[in-house]
Amino acid sequence: MSPSTRHEFQSPPSAARRWESAALWLFRIATYVILICGAGVFGNIVVKGSKTVFTSTAPFINVAFFTEAPESLYVFEYQGQKREMGDREFRAFKTTHPEAKDIKAESYVYSAGGIFPCIVGTVLLVLGSMMIALTLGVSAAVYLSEYAKQGRAVTLIRLAILNLAGVPSIVFGLFGLGLFVIYLDWNVSLLAGWFTLAFMVLPVVITASEESLKAVPKGFREGSLALGATKWQTIRKNVLPYALPGILTSSILGIARVAGETAPIMFTAAYVVRDKLPWEGLTSVSDFFFQGVMALPYHIYVVSSKIPQNEYTERVQYGTAFVFLVIVALIATCSIVMRNKLRNRYKW
Amino acid sequence: MDIKSPFTTPASGRSIPVTPAPVGPTLIDIDHVDFFYGASQALHDINLKIEEKKVTAFIGPSGCGKSTLLRCLNRMNDLIDGTRVANGQIKIRGIDIYDRSVDVIELRKRVGMVFQKSNPFPKSIYENITYGLRLQGRSSKSDLDAVVEKSLRGAALWDEVKDRLHTSGLGLSGGQQQRLCIARAIAVEPEVILMDEPCSALDPIATVKVEELIQELRTKFTIVIVTHNMQQAARCSDKTAFFYMGKLIEFADTRAIFMNPANAQTEAYVSGRFG
Repeated sequence: MSPSTRHEFQSPPSAARRWESAALWLFRIATYVILICGAGVFGNIVVKGSKTVFTSTAPFINVAFFTEAPESLYVFEYQGQKREMGDREFRAFKTTHPEAKDIKAESYVYSAGGIFPCIVGTVLLVLGSMMIALTLGVSAAVYLSEYAKQGRAVTLIRLAILNLAGVPSIVFGLFGLGLFVIYLDWNVSLLAGWFTLAFMVLPVVITASEESLKAVPKGFREGSLALGATKWQTIRKNVLPYALPGILTSSILGIARVAGETAPIMFTAAYVVRDKLPWEGLTSVSDFFFQGVMALPYHIYVVSSKIPQNEYTERVQYGTAFVFLVIVALIATCSIVMRNKLRNRYKW
Repeated sequence: MDIKSPFTTPASGRSIPVTPAPVGPTLIDIDHVDFFYGASQALHDINLKIEEKKVTAFIGPSGCGKSTLLRCLNRMNDLIDGTRVANGQIKIRGIDIYDRSVDVIELRKRVGMVFQKSNPFPKSIYENITYGLRLQGRSSKSDLDAVVEKSLRGAALWDEVKDRLHTSGLGLSGGQQQRLCIARAIAVEPEVILMDEPCSALDPIATVKVEELIQELRTKFTIVIVTHNMQQAARCSDKTAFFYMGKLIEFADTRAIFMNPANAQTEAYVSGRFG
């Protein structure tokens, strides 16, 4: 029998076969498109950002970018040479070179210096909102899943919480502006930003906490209660510790995502520029909570949309975006490492 | 005492004279109890007196209400929304445990429980045993050490685990885990131990160990055990209650139930004709 003759295990041409391969290719191509888009976004930011963040000479990292505040960049020609200088450097230059006093320089806002205040601000915003969101969210989840009588009311509340997750971030920003900034008169401040971000991430925290609490076997609760523990003792000693890995991972990931939002903080916590760092010039402890800060996402927004674009601003944009990506990735990695550690501690 | 062997079959065939065991003082008095899950009635007019320092077995087919009644005795049913004891009273030493003045926490300290599925906490063996004590604020190391040893010896587990008290309780075998749960229950020194099918997930050898343990525990505790396994009830209980469809069909000395049941349904069940 020659191989070309048809045999019984050969597939007969059929519509089902053609759809099979069409479907396969559709799924395959969709996956590749997503991969290419993702690689494009990350590649673009990493390649362009690394030009700002890394240098070709030791220490190979642009330290000033991480440690200094943003300042204006001056570009001018001096003795036939094109020079670029930050604001402070330029002023110092003019005093040491009196002949350059009246030199004509083009200035570009925020294109020199670094983004240290933005990093500080974002870290503060993340930490504060995380504490508020975890406290409120975990408490609410414990109440909903352990204490509340399951019924229509609780179902309705859960539905409302899930809907809250779908509210656009700009709406949260306006809510924060209306409630915290104006009505409670907190002004544009860390505190207002913390609460706005925390409210935004609450649905994630509550849902994740409820899921994690549900995953703890009923036997642990019953065993504890049967030994004469109160409900709270049971939850604190024999339920929450085992639910914690799940709660923390999902919550921290949620917060890392929310920390990247510009809309909720642009009305509530973020300043375009601020000379003082959050711990400078405080007259009382409460001052700390009622000051605005610079923040990475808002800085990217300001540099990209509020000032004329050019090659100098692009460096800051991509550098900031790159640093921001790295910070978010670090937070996510930390949460996953922490989860794995806690998980190994409590296994059942 | 001249006890006629209950195992001799008299000529009449039906009525075997069983010498009733001496009646001890009643510890738990279940008095005309009706129990509901929402709208459906799970227990109908249960009347039962459980004697002190005896092993009382609840037997019956699935869904007959035996576990429900057991969980009424330490009010574990309170955890399920919509459950209630509609009529009747359950008294322990004359105190109605469903009375408003009763603190369910105090009740559960006195009425311990061992569950069907062994549920050691994902902590060390030591921490499992001391869990109940720490809840009561006992924290002195020598005190806890002593209780751990006493409880583990009481649960016939000490020799097997004394060298690894600080390893996870989940590392034990199924039978050991169940005995750990028993040790945990007796550590808080309850008067009553409720056992909800404690051997249903265990292999025969582990089952024998737990049954032997029950024989030892009966000298100190009042034990109520729910079981699917009739041989188990016959082997290790003094009194047996047979339930069917939420009703108590027959309650008598275990020997009487198995050798000479008064009720036809009981006889059909213990002889394996249904269930």
